[in-house]
Amino acid sequence: MSFPLLTATAVAPALGAVVTAAVPSARRTAAKWTALAFSLITVGLAAAVLIRFEPGGDRYQLTESHSWIADFGVRYELGVDGIAVAMVALTAVIVPFLIGAGWNDADHAQDAPAARRWRPTQGFFALILMVEAMVVMSFMATDVFLFYIFFEAMLIPLYFLIGGFGDRAGEHPESEQAKQRSYAAVKFLLYNLAGGLVMLAAVIGLYVVAADDLAGGGTFSLQTLVEARASGELTFAESTERWLFLGFFFAFAIKAPLWPVHTWLPNAMGESTAPVAVLITAVVDKVGTFAMLRFCLGLFPEASVWATPVVLVLALVSIVYGALLALGQRDMKRLIAYASISHFGFIILGIFAMTSQGQSGATLYMINHGVATAALMLVAGFLISRRGSRLIGDYGGVQKTAPLLAGTFLVAGLATLSLPGTGPFVSEFLVLVGTFSRYPVAGIVACTGIVLAALYVLILYQRTMTGPVTEAAGKMRDLRPRELAVVTPLIALLIFLGVFPKPLTDIVNPAVNHTMSDVGKTDPAPAELEARK
Amino acid sequence: MSPENYLYLSALLFTIGACGVLIRRNAIVVFMCIELMLNAANLALVAFSRMHGNLDGQIAAFFVMVVAAAEVVVGLAIIVMLYRSRHSASVDDASLMKL
Amino acid sequence: MESLIGGLVAAPLLGAAVLLTGGRRLDRSGHWLGTALAGLSFVFAAVLFFDMLGKDAEERTLTSHLFSWVPVEGFQADVAFQLDQLSMTFVLLVTSVGSLIHLYSVGYMAHDERRRRFFGYLNLFMGAMLLLVLADNYLLLYVGWEGVGLASFLLIGFWQHKPSAATAAKKAFIVNRVGDVGLAIAIFLMFTTFGSFAFSAVLDEQVAAGAGQATLTGIGLMLLLAACGKSAQVPLQSWLGDAMEGPTPVSALIHAATMVTAGVYLVVRSADIFNLTPDAQLVVTIVGAASLLFGAFVACAKDDIKKSLAGSTMSQIGYMMLAAGLGPIGYVFAIMHLVTHGFFKAGLFLGAGSVMHAMNDEVDMRRYGALRRHMPVTFVTFGLAYLAIIGFPGLSGFFSKDEIIYAAFAKGGTQGWILGGVTLLGAALTAYYMTRMMLLTFFGEKRWQPDAAGREPHPHEAPRVMTIPMIVLAVGSVGAGAYFSLGERFAHWLEPVTGLGHEEAPLSHGMVSLAATAVMLIGVAGAWAQYGRRPVPLVAPAGRWVTRAARRDLLQDDFNHAVLVRPGNYLTRGLVYVDHKLVDGVVNGTAAAFGGLSGRLRRVQNGFARSYAVSMFGGAAVLVAATLLMRAV
Repeated sequence: MSFPLLTATAVAPALGAVVTAAVPSARRTAAKWTALAFSLITVGLAAAVLIRFEPGGDRYQLTESHSWIADFGVRYELGVDGIAVAMVALTAVIVPFLIGAGWNDADHAQDAPAARRWRPTQGFFALILMVEAMVVMSFMATDVFLFYIFFEAMLIPLYFLIGGFGDRAGEHPESEQAKQRSYAAVKFLLYNLAGGLVMLAAVIGLYVVAADDLAGGGTFSLQTLVEARASGELTFAESTERWLFLGFFFAFAIKAPLWPVHTWLPNAMGESTAPVAVLITAVVDKVGTFAMLRFCLGLFPEASVWATPVVLVLALVSIVYGALLALGQRDMKRLIAYASISHFGFIILGIFAMTSQGQSGATLYMINHGVATAALMLVAGFLISRRGSRLIGDYGGVQKTAPLLAGTFLVAGLATLSLPGTGPFVSEFLVLVGTFSRYPVAGIVACTGIVLAALYVLILYQRTMTGPVTEAAGKMRDLRPRELAVVTPLIALLIFLGVFPKPLTDIVNPAVNHTMSDVGKTDPAPAELEARK
Repeated sequence: MSPENYLYLSALLFTIGACGVLIRRNAIVVFMCIELMLNAANLALVAFSRMHGNLDGQIAAFFVMVVAAAEVVVGLAIIVMLYRSRHSASVDDASLMKL
Repeated sequence: MESLIGGLVAAPLLGAAVLLTGGRRLDRSGHWLGTALAGLSFVFAAVLFFDMLGKDAEERTLTSHLFSWVPVEGFQADVAFQLDQLSMTFVLLVTSVGSLIHLYSVGYMAHDERRRRFFGYLNLFMGAMLLLVLADNYLLLYVGWEGVGLASFLLIGFWQHKPSAATAAKKAFIVNRVGDVGLAIAIFLMFTTFGSFAFSAVLDEQVAAGAGQATLTGIGLMLLLAACGKSAQVPLQSWLGDAMEGPTPVSALIHAATMVTAGVYLVVRSADIFNLTPDAQLVVTIVGAASLLFGAFVACAKDDIKKSLAGSTMSQIGYMMLAAGLGPIGYVFAIMHLVTHGFFKAGLFLGAGSVMHAMNDEVDMRRYGALRRHMPVTFVTFGLAYLAIIGFPGLSGFFSKDEIIYAAFAKGGTQGWILGGVTLLGAALTAYYMTRMMLLTFFGEKRWQPDAAGREPHPHEAPRVMTIPMIVLAVGSVGAGAYFSLGERFAHWLEPVTGLGHEEAPLSHGMVSLAATAVMLIGVAGAWAQYGRRPVPLVAPAGRWVTRAARRDLLQDDFNHAVLVRPGNYLTRGLVYVDHKLVDGVVNGTAAAFGGLSGRLRRVQNGFARSYAVSMFGGAAVLVAATLLMRAV
């Protein structure tokens, strides 16, 4: 038996979480370095996965399969396709930056006398690593039940991350911020649990149907189910398939989040610290869109096609609505949250446009949005940490006193508005082209998102960074070396992905072709070539 | 004598016990009423055992007796503790567990 | 040779990267590095140009494939360049004017502490502009297209501490973004129609003819929308005037000579599509004509020297756009006017910058006057550029503009007469506003005022590093037109790319020239009557409603504000309310409902053991009753 590389990739951060949590209370610097070391080990393992993965090879590679709960056909099955490889790499790459950016974020909680016993610094980093482990696991699980477990379990550490750690030092537990934060954490948990509950019903339903049809008895194995569907051994009644699809989709739409079940995200991102906000939007939410591609389209292709019109409309509403609301925000973290909702609209649009360009674009979008939002949110976090206010109106003229901060903020913002030369442009354009070639009107409506993105990003930049130097900006320190070390690689990555995305597309394309053939769709042919025939 | 009469007696005892539990405030009396109900059940079990001609009911009755004995031990201890702390054996005074 | 094309683009981009990331170390030498790289790019361009001249007209196109950019199933975007005569024209214009303006900026920005960054942005602009004109497919062109928009944004807002500059920068970017959406949709349409957006696949009359007329018109109109954004044409013109908040060299390079003409490049580059769709072509000419008059009116009324020049730029690009809309009879002259305009307008802006430099950054022409004796070099170069733009016989503008007027008449029919009339009216207005500018600035008596800090202006000639570029551009303004026109040299140069049409106009060439010269003289005389003979008041007279409207840019901002900004604000605020109260309200309401319900249910748990016992017995009784009932049924 070969070395279980995928398991190792998930176990490394989990182990890191345990070790970090065990570091004694007084040694919080040691805890930070431990967490960083384990996150870097995970990067190494993810890189190994990336290298071992052959783009032209089997659909799922590096597979591991063990029986787990034999009575219910639950297996411990892992495997990655091109999309999953990309997502695992994204997760592994982002987390060290979050640890670097959040280096001192939990320390003030430690200084509060009442909290000394629960070691917040250790807890903060352990929880982040725990989330990473679960996210990685859910990207790799090819057993529906196994996926479900981690899909739900990641809510627990996230709940504590949102509820337990805020922007302000030494805030009173009865203060307005603390109440808002606890509201955000509970809202996050309830929303996602509600989705998970519905999904659980669908998971069980899937098992029941499979147990009826398959000779080998009920199973949760994705590969077995997809193959059985393709061979006709497994058939769903039309209404059954639709209900099961809706069950899965509901959970993923909440996680993604899609309008109108999006309202937990601005609260969660606004109230948590910047690294946690990035963790939510750049990594955890991607599980939702990833799962749409893998489970909704893979298991229920006909229902997916059936639901496409509604999903497209919801995605378009998300794009425009998220962008307009971003324009109306006074809190910069909430602004970024609404911008993310708009971007998730693009991702879902790309997935359900059912074209190669759309789905490749959506996959690239997940990566690029992760990196771009990470950069923007972390720089915003640095800004907020200097003044302690999240309100846009409290800043102005920062560019004069902290040019590096303003410059990185601008570059990250430009990436967020999909400027050519940065990664998000490639993905957004692919999504739009893919959508347009099948649904021209949807493509054009989505284009309004391009203009609105420019508006909210540039207005944010103008209000915070330009203009006369305000009192707040006057004493502002420019980026520290640690902060620069966090932001620079992210920006370099964004530009690299914009100029030379080929390594990524090479990995993603075959997986997208598989998904397209699952759904049984082919790209529309160019009109002029059609006419010539 | 038909075994049915035992069942009537059992039902009567059970009802008396239940009414006692509901009506009386004194914890000791409530406790005795519970014992009465348990024994009513025992009587019914033994009667059924006789009616069906096997020993299952009697075995169950033994179990009930064992449980009742254990219950008496724990329950009386609680009642004694309650009495010590509040100088009353009224069950209505012990409503601290409500939310 | 092919690899030089990559070097051409890479040199300024490298400069931008080094200057923007190099840090303080480069503060002292950075501007020379930037200028040197711009110059290097010009040298590459010159080498390529002479190489190209050595080949036959049909074999001059060079291509260079660098790498595969976005390979996705059915979608192929490459980083590849194509250098043909049209691109070459632009490359030479961009690198030559660009290098000169780099040089000028060394002097102009000498006292700015962020000069290094300024040169980084200028280099970024040059790289993006070269990418734009050298791209061999529309997607790469789009990269350059937004790249120059970014550079424009950064440079307009270079003095970010001024709120007006920051606002102008944002406005320019966003208005351009609207245009960019047009380009994006045009690319979508090409992709869905032809399965590709490479020039080699799309720009072929036979291929294009296979597409439906509606599709072609759609592509044409979307390309036009993009061109309107970038070239500040009606209806996306509103950003150009505000863009004058940027440093003057920026206005000269980006907002006069090169970037704003990219729209004309786009239309001429897509000639094969436009030739097949008369409807789109007609819209192009209408947009051109409208912008021509719009810009000219605004230029007549503005007292701010740079904003007046901005109006003039818009008007001149209107000429080019109009010519490009005329089809093969106009393409060559659109580009020719574009090149000559690049020289004289850059010269005018640099002259204006020199004047501002001398006058403590005063921009109000009514506070200038009598500067010709104090700034002789500026006066002469500005004067030559002035003569060129108004179409003084023998100078550049005369040749390029007359050809456009002639082509407009050659359109034929009523349309021809209308377009011809518009171009002639434009010529008169051009002469009027430029003469006005000339008189207000260099003639008359001193009307100098102390600036806000109370310093009296002491006009002096600019340093040599600034005057040399002005002199070179003045030479170009004088000679370029005649050189290009001699033996239709320029037309033959571009013909393999754009084609060349010959239509007979109802007026002969001589008559058009005569008419153009006549209206020019009328314009000059009108301005002289108003500003040359009489003393100029320091504060502008209120004027009639036309003047007032023109001063407010013909109410463009009021219109945009009323139609777009204000409803947008209301919509946004309304949606924030809806999201909070309605969407979130449903969720919070559900939560509150459950909370209330559980509050009620909680009361049942009263803590009395006996009441629990009642419910237990009650439950048991119900169960027994239910069992009996089921038995009975």
